[in-house]
Amino acid sequence: MMKKPIESMAALSEQLGRPARFMEVCGTHTMAAFRTGLRSLLPEGVSLISGPGCPVCVTTTSYIDKAVAIAGTAGTSVYTFGDMLKVPGTESSLEQARAGGSDVNIVYSPIDALDAAKAHPDIRTVFLGVGFETTTPTVGWTIRKAKEDGVGNYSVLCAHKTIPEAMTVLLESGDVAIDGFMCPGHVSVITGSQIYEPISRDQGVPCVVAGFEIGDMASAIEMLLKQIVQNRSAVEIQYTRSVTRTGNAAAQELCNALFDKSDAQWRGIGTIPGSGLKLKDEFAEHDAGRIFADLELPEPVAPKGCMCGDVLRGTSRPTDCPLFREECSPSNPVGPCMVSSEGTCAAYFKYGETLEGSLSR
Amino acid sequence: MCLAIPGKIVELDDEDAVIEIQGIRRQGNVSLIDDPQVGNYVLLHAGFAIHKWSEADVREYNEVMDGIADARKQDDEEAH
Repeated sequence: MMKKPIESMAALSEQLGRPARFMEVCGTHTMAAFRTGLRSLLPEGVSLISGPGCPVCVTTTSYIDKAVAIAGTAGTSVYTFGDMLKVPGTESSLEQARAGGSDVNIVYSPIDALDAAKAHPDIRTVFLGVGFETTTPTVGWTIRKAKEDGVGNYSVLCAHKTIPEAMTVLLESGDVAIDGFMCPGHVSVITGSQIYEPISRDQGVPCVVAGFEIGDMASAIEMLLKQIVQNRSAVEIQYTRSVTRTGNAAAQELCNALFDKSDAQWRGIGTIPGSGLKLKDEFAEHDAGRIFADLELPEPVAPKGCMCGDVLRGTSRPTDCPLFREECSPSNPVGPCMVSSEGTCAAYFKYGETLEGSLSR
Repeated sequence: MCLAIPGKIVELDDEDAVIEIQGIRRQGNVSLIDDPQVGNYVLLHAGFAIHKWSEADVREYNEVMDGIADARKQDDEEAH
């Protein structure tokens, strides 16, 4: 099954006659590319660099500080996806806050947090709304449901972000040469592949939406190479079993009804205009950012020596960081890229020894 | 975090479904997909079905997974 795309990648790479660097934007792709062994199958001259598509990794220290402060407020429970627990804040992670007595809970779905709010109407229940376009509608659904059902003690600390703006900023910065994007599969289930059209059209960079199995990703790289060899840039869908050009209309309508576009802070990148989503005023009673606006927070301090910012921009590899494997490991993470199960540093740590030869690609 | 896993709707009650994923049953909300039916294969993310596969999509997925299984088997045979 893999023979054809491997041979085709090699032939196209030879035909191209120069190195090609593709960015896998999504953290799930980063981990899948290591786990499946894709990196070791790439021809000489084709390299993959990891992008900013791990929502936990790009969440700012100040967001963690706010979540920790909310969790420390009397009569309040915080609910979160598990990856967020160990991300270091300025003074504490959520895990440390929990050990100190704060009520911090891991859930599989935001619905679990809404159910907890219904079960305990005297407790202010806050869900940490972190994630890209895939996750935003699921969190948005709980906010709309809370409003419809009058669950006044349920709110969301919203840090949802959108991907295309970050891809554009990376290209325009010129910090890293990118010959094409392997675009996120499940973000695109919701948005459709149409969101990448300005990138291929205006920036002249090929985009291919890929699935997460090894054959999917190899075919996507083959499609990217073919576009470069043919000197064209278009948005193509490899992951046709799940992605269309227009995406999931119901999810898009839900998000449009709840959120307005805003500027957003990305760890390592800075403020990206129009890349955030803030709750509309009519949902203010479910907006933890407004409900807990007056909490005192520490001045955020980035971990000393940590190169997560460079890793997220694709300008450095985890192995370039002096903390990697030394002070920073999954059991004792210094930066968020080592915390998240989809973080680039975690992937290099987990698979680095078995794929030593391919890490340079 | 953007992980989504394919599963089959085995029970349905309005917006709430039971979705079977590799033999494990999970609750899933189906309000974000059109016309969910028992027997449909869907992608499940954070407790929500976010996409419904057609029969052709299911076939394609099975072919992809069979291909991986065959490749693994071939690797194992070559290793021995």
